[in-house]
Amino acid sequence: MAEVPKKLTIPAEEHICSGHLACQGCGAVLAMRYALKALGPNTVYTVPACCWSVIDGPFPYTTLGVPLFHIAFEAAAASAAGLAAGLEMVGKEDVNVVAWAGDGGTADIGIQALSGAAERNDNIMYICYDNEAYMNTGVQRSSSTPWGAWTTTTPARHFKKRPKKNLVDIMVAHQIPYVATAAIAFPEDVLKKVNKAKQIKGTKYLQIFASCPPGWRMAPEYAVKSVRMAVNARVWPLLEVDNGVYTITRKPRKPLPVADYLRLQGRFSHLTEEQVEEIQQMVDHNWERLLFLEKSTHEMAGIPLEEKKKTKEPDK
Amino acid sequence: MKEVVTGNHVVSHAARVGRAQVVSAYPITPQTQVVEKISEFVADGVMDAKFIKVESEHSAMVACIGASAAGVRAFTATSAQGLALMHEVLHWAANARLPVVLANINRAMGPPWTIWTDQIDSLSQRDTGWIQFYAESNQDIFDSILIAFKVAEQVDLPAMVVLEAFFLSHTAEPVDFPDQEDIDRFLPPRPARNTVDPENPAAFGGLTGPDHYYELKYMEHNAMLEAKETIAAATQEYGDMTGRYYKMADPYRCDDAETVLVVSGGVASTAKDAVDEAREAGWKLGSLKIWAFRPFPREEVRALLLGRKRVVVVDRNISFGQEGIFCSELKASLYSQPEAPPVLGFIAGLGGRDIKGRDLLAMAKAGEDPDCPEFNWYGVKP
Repeated sequence: MAEVPKKLTIPAEEHICSGHLACQGCGAVLAMRYALKALGPNTVYTVPACCWSVIDGPFPYTTLGVPLFHIAFEAAAASAAGLAAGLEMVGKEDVNVVAWAGDGGTADIGIQALSGAAERNDNIMYICYDNEAYMNTGVQRSSSTPWGAWTTTTPARHFKKRPKKNLVDIMVAHQIPYVATAAIAFPEDVLKKVNKAKQIKGTKYLQIFASCPPGWRMAPEYAVKSVRMAVNARVWPLLEVDNGVYTITRKPRKPLPVADYLRLQGRFSHLTEEQVEEIQQMVDHNWERLLFLEKSTHEMAGIPLEEKKKTKEPDK
Repeated sequence: MKEVVTGNHVVSHAARVGRAQVVSAYPITPQTQVVEKISEFVADGVMDAKFIKVESEHSAMVACIGASAAGVRAFTATSAQGLALMHEVLHWAANARLPVVLANINRAMGPPWTIWTDQIDSLSQRDTGWIQFYAESNQDIFDSILIAFKVAEQVDLPAMVVLEAFFLSHTAEPVDFPDQEDIDRFLPPRPARNTVDPENPAAFGGLTGPDHYYELKYMEHNAMLEAKETIAAATQEYGDMTGRYYKMADPYRCDDAETVLVVSGGVASTAKDAVDEAREAGWKLGSLKIWAFRPFPREEVRALLLGRKRVVVVDRNISFGQEGIFCSELKASLYSQPEAPPVLGFIAGLGGRDIKGRDLLAMAKAGEDPDCPEFNWYGVKP
């Protein structure tokens, strides 16, 4: 057995065991694993219909070391609100109540309940693991599917022609204390953000970019690499929004060409060079927009913008 | 202590003295006064509860489900479209075996837009696995809600108390409120089991294949049947405390009745007056109020109705393409029994059209005609 290094960047303790039902290379499992390392055992999960309704295992099994309450598709946030209120009434308001949903359950069918909970600022953490389509039902497009992607309901000859819904800004517009994005290729960042969120009272929203090899039409060994490339190509910027103040938490100095990220995945293989260039422009535009938001929201809040140490080389 | 209170405010008081710990609700006419009053109770600190003011009835029920899963007593109130929007998660509450209690103010379903009463909203939820009680008066509403909490928590099924829009919801009547001490003795804190708690790291409601699902439904049905005994015990205890003894099927002057009017909700009150009037004229008429619709008092209606000359059922609801729903339920209970009487169904009062005593007598009279069809619409305008 390999010797455990003395200094770990993430806790060794696991709150998830083997034997779950995820596909090979499932990003959603890594997202859960890292989130739980930060949350610890004093946590309850409520999970609407999504891949994780299956991954956790069939009755009477469970793969998590914390309770997992299954709930209807559109109901994650409201069930978390109810659990939090109930636990508070039995004197357990220190429990982390986490709604854990996919992008369809968040950006589409669950957005009403999520908006309600956020507007009330209920004391819950809502984590969306975003694999950019309805993967559990067999890769149908969701509003979180990006422009250009193939899914079973957006065939290659008629690929998705609308951009990915911007849930982050929608949640920021609710004026909740904390909104962040993370990605499974950056576990320390996931832990840091979940740790931060769990100290905050009110509604916390995190969206973790999580690959789906079968749905993205790529080999399982690219599960982490593809997500790392998404971040380094600025397709999925890592950021956090503290009380409305945007901070980009990773700024690749030399971003990867978006084409490199797209090339790895079969779901983009139909795109022409011009279409790839179109995506590059969208990504660049969004990055400029985020830089502007970062600068202006810092200025308005009177907070100096720290120059982050930029990453040297594109990390493939 | 007696007070004159509207049906809606009686609901709020019952949630308060029944010590609901989490209330989650969304406003809908004619239920709004229920949530307004509860908001005041919680804001004034006279009710120790969390009130989650959700963005829809669907979320109202889901929040109740979450709170109930955490082990507390959860309550909500709604009506018509709101109840229909909850439909999916009414199943969830029952199948998760959570004793949520809900007050539904009967209101007809749109379109066309309507706010007046009929029972299609609640009867459409028949097969969701909820216990259902239909209240006759404001006193009935109060008592039924306390009994509902007790029964629901003993059999781990949710329960719905149903009252009519305006005829009860907005009508003030004298209501007797038992002392809080007595209520607390009748309704102690919820004996919650198997709650969602970090000390109980289980999965709740995970994927279940044909190997197990079937038996879970068998258990759910048995819990509903067990609720009959639980209701009997709870109503006995409640009667000993208040002098008001409730029966799942409650007869009025039926002893020697040849014709029995079967009614529910506030119409049962009108029926008593109508029966009194008939009796004065020497007409052997009685009435039977169905208080508990689920579980259905199958044995009770058999005991009360077998051997009668006829049964006339007044339904403020309809199952389109079939007949009134109480009528079907009664027929199912009486079918193939010895001396089963003819059952004559009348639809009346949909969308809040008033059902007066003379209307009930007219239906009973029509039912006594040997040529009376088995299914009738009462009072349709030409």
